[in-house]
Amino acid sequence: MEPAARPLLELTGATVRFGSENAIDDVDFRLFPGEVHSLMGENGAGKSTLIKAITGALPLATGVLRLDGEQMRFSSPHDAQRAGISTVYQEIDLLPNVSVAENILLGQEPRRGGAIDWRRMRARAREVLAELGLQIDPASLLGTHSLAVQQLVAIARAISTDVRVLVLDEPTSSLDLDEVAELFRVVRELKLQGVAILFVSHFLDQVYELCDRVTVLRDGRFVGEYLTKELLRIDLVQAMLGRSATALTAPTKATDAVEKGTPYLTARGVTAGSGIADADVDLFESDVLGVAGLLGSGRSELARAISGIDRRDSGVIRIAGRDGTPHSPRSAMSLGVVYSSENRRTEGIISHLSVLDNITLALQADRGAFRRIPAARRRELAASWVDALDIRPPDLDRPAGTLSGGNQQKVLLARLLALSPRVLLLDEPTRGIDVGAKVEIQNLVGEMAANGLSVVFISAELEEVLRVATRVAVLREGRVVSILSSDDLTVDSLMALVAQPDELDEPDVPDE
Amino acid sequence: MTSLQTPVRETGTLGARYGTFMNRRASLMPTFAAIAILIILLIGAQLRFGNFLTPGNLSALLLDNAYLIVLAVGMTFVILTGGIDLSVGSVMAFTGILGASLLSQGIPVYIAIPAMLLGGALIGLLIGVLVQYFNVQPFIASLAGLFLARGLAFVVSLASIKVEDPAVLWLQRTRISFGGWYITPTVIIALVTVAVAVFVLHWTRFGRTVYAIGGGEQSAHLMGLNVARTKVAVYVISGVCGGLAGLLLTAYSGAGYPRNGIGTELDAIAAVVIGGTLLTGGTGYVLGSLVGVLVYGTIKKIISFMGAEQSWTQIIIGILLLLFIVVQRVIVARSIRRRT
Repeated sequence: MEPAARPLLELTGATVRFGSENAIDDVDFRLFPGEVHSLMGENGAGKSTLIKAITGALPLATGVLRLDGEQMRFSSPHDAQRAGISTVYQEIDLLPNVSVAENILLGQEPRRGGAIDWRRMRARAREVLAELGLQIDPASLLGTHSLAVQQLVAIARAISTDVRVLVLDEPTSSLDLDEVAELFRVVRELKLQGVAILFVSHFLDQVYELCDRVTVLRDGRFVGEYLTKELLRIDLVQAMLGRSATALTAPTKATDAVEKGTPYLTARGVTAGSGIADADVDLFESDVLGVAGLLGSGRSELARAISGIDRRDSGVIRIAGRDGTPHSPRSAMSLGVVYSSENRRTEGIISHLSVLDNITLALQADRGAFRRIPAARRRELAASWVDALDIRPPDLDRPAGTLSGGNQQKVLLARLLALSPRVLLLDEPTRGIDVGAKVEIQNLVGEMAANGLSVVFISAELEEVLRVATRVAVLREGRVVSILSSDDLTVDSLMALVAQPDELDEPDVPDE
Repeated sequence: MTSLQTPVRETGTLGARYGTFMNRRASLMPTFAAIAILIILLIGAQLRFGNFLTPGNLSALLLDNAYLIVLAVGMTFVILTGGIDLSVGSVMAFTGILGASLLSQGIPVYIAIPAMLLGGALIGLLIGVLVQYFNVQPFIASLAGLFLARGLAFVVSLASIKVEDPAVLWLQRTRISFGGWYITPTVIIALVTVAVAVFVLHWTRFGRTVYAIGGGEQSAHLMGLNVARTKVAVYVISGVCGGLAGLLLTAYSGAGYPRNGIGTELDAIAAVVIGGTLLTGGTGYVLGSLVGVLVYGTIKKIISFMGAEQSWTQIIIGILLLLFIVVQRVIVARSIRRRT
């Protein structure tokens, strides 16, 4: 469908601030009626912030939002809804205990003499569902339907008012192929009706299949707006992952070209949910294994499966010289395998506890509740780590939540290192951290490997991966595609591997 | 048509009809179970005693438990939103003694009765505000209401106060008979309360919002429903029901007594749960609560027929409650498994 001359929704120079940081900075965005537009970027790029700005959940610090040429200012999501912008979130925000008809129409129910007219409500619900080509019993309880159907009902609710812009936030994450096809059919139906659809998803294939145009964000900034039929996948990935501008001092890399010998930890056929399937990985001592791949490729899932955080559906993990296998965080810790989560705030730092407590937490947990570490010893231990990792400010009693991102990450590292682990899995340790701190942490990784640790380093920044790692595992769509020596890779070739197999030759370097 | 479509009407086979029925009315199953239990109890008692199912006995069943029916109605509203109201027994006692005291001082009945209802409403409002705007847990907030109401009851009077007012006594003493059955104005009030509650819960946006809050407060809010006002309102409704129950109990016993209703809130909760309302909220019916009260009353009557101690009533109710919660879990689990 040819886009109209004027965009339906236009955002110019938008900035949203969280405290002193700009979550998005001077971002432009355009949405034309009757098009399906995708918003792409890695984690932390600012996608959800931009969506919240469009749907009125967050205020704009600077910038102008225009709907059909008219300048608008939304003070709440209800304002945006009334203006015709509806959102369907990933977690379905509907009521499972009432009927489908109510879920679609509650808030604008047809009435007769002060009471709800159920017959008309069901009829209207049937109409709305029919507009999407759906035949669902409006009187049935929503909870009796699958998640995919519930999502379609959520869309039906969104279009039951005069919707002009429909935002779909990761709608396909929990759908199987048939259900995705059904969703796409519905979206195309809406396109024909002139609705502008913002489709947020990290599945490249789906974006290319469904969307007309793509806007890419990176680090809160606008990178570009492209037509999908003119954009090569490799260019899209390049836009998303980008290149850091500043040249940084080369960190001490772990000893390369060392005779590897037997692996410390072998993982074969690791499968966990739908995130990672049939992965084979070897981890060696004094080695850094970088893990590269796009969002959704299974990087975190792989690390979490290996370290016992997530339950493995199948696969065998063997650790040299030890019985037992990591099937829970505690058992992994006792085997010397520790994991640092990418969600620093929710799965890492305990903000209101002091730095001291945060550092000694895992060690104390390992010993149990009855073998208390004496207070003086705890303080000494924490102080030595603060010193070793140069955690600033070196105040042990400060709440850990008041530290900067980089120092919080160091506190987390100290906590894990206090356990004297043999395998350290770091998930996005430098995300959201300033450049100086990034380098410090990269150097620390090098030092740890030099001291004999086996480190797994997951990062979305390919340059960083190459800088730090001796070997790189490339993941795509939940599978380990190849494991290569970092000496044999450049940022470009790694990016090509990460992006799309069909555009290039199969990598001919075998696994080690 | 893909596998996602659920056809509205299939071939009309029994299986298809059952499937559609379950999809629409799965939440009725616990209430059906309650009705089944009631029928079993009544038939069982009749077989055992031979003179249980008389019109007189059954009418007395309603009469003796009219106050509990009203309390259970109010409690249903609160539990549907996922909350709880522990204060209703004390509110009943407080409004009862308050009314008795006002009447004994010569205040006319058309002021005393609204005062009773208002007293209940105010305590309910306090609880509702605590829950909604101060984020206090309903358990704690209504516990505070319990102590407040009980204290206020003692402030009004430490001893019982007889009620001589003819209007109030008329509520209880008048019997409208047909056949061997009889009904009193108190029972009519209780049944009208049930009817109004059914209408509100199933035919008004307010009532649907009550269910919506139980289904997901965040979602209800995002859908634009007025969650805050509704949450406060259900506690006010429970308070008013407490006041109304105070009136009914005072009429029934002919006096206000500050020690009335100790533990009655638990009877009300038991009746609501037996009637099929899930304590987690979002599912349940007021008619089910009515059935729950009848189950409670029937058990009490059976115990008294057996000549056993009244405390057996509570033991049996406890066992029944446990059984019901287990049955509820099984039904809920099965209905979840059905759709996958």
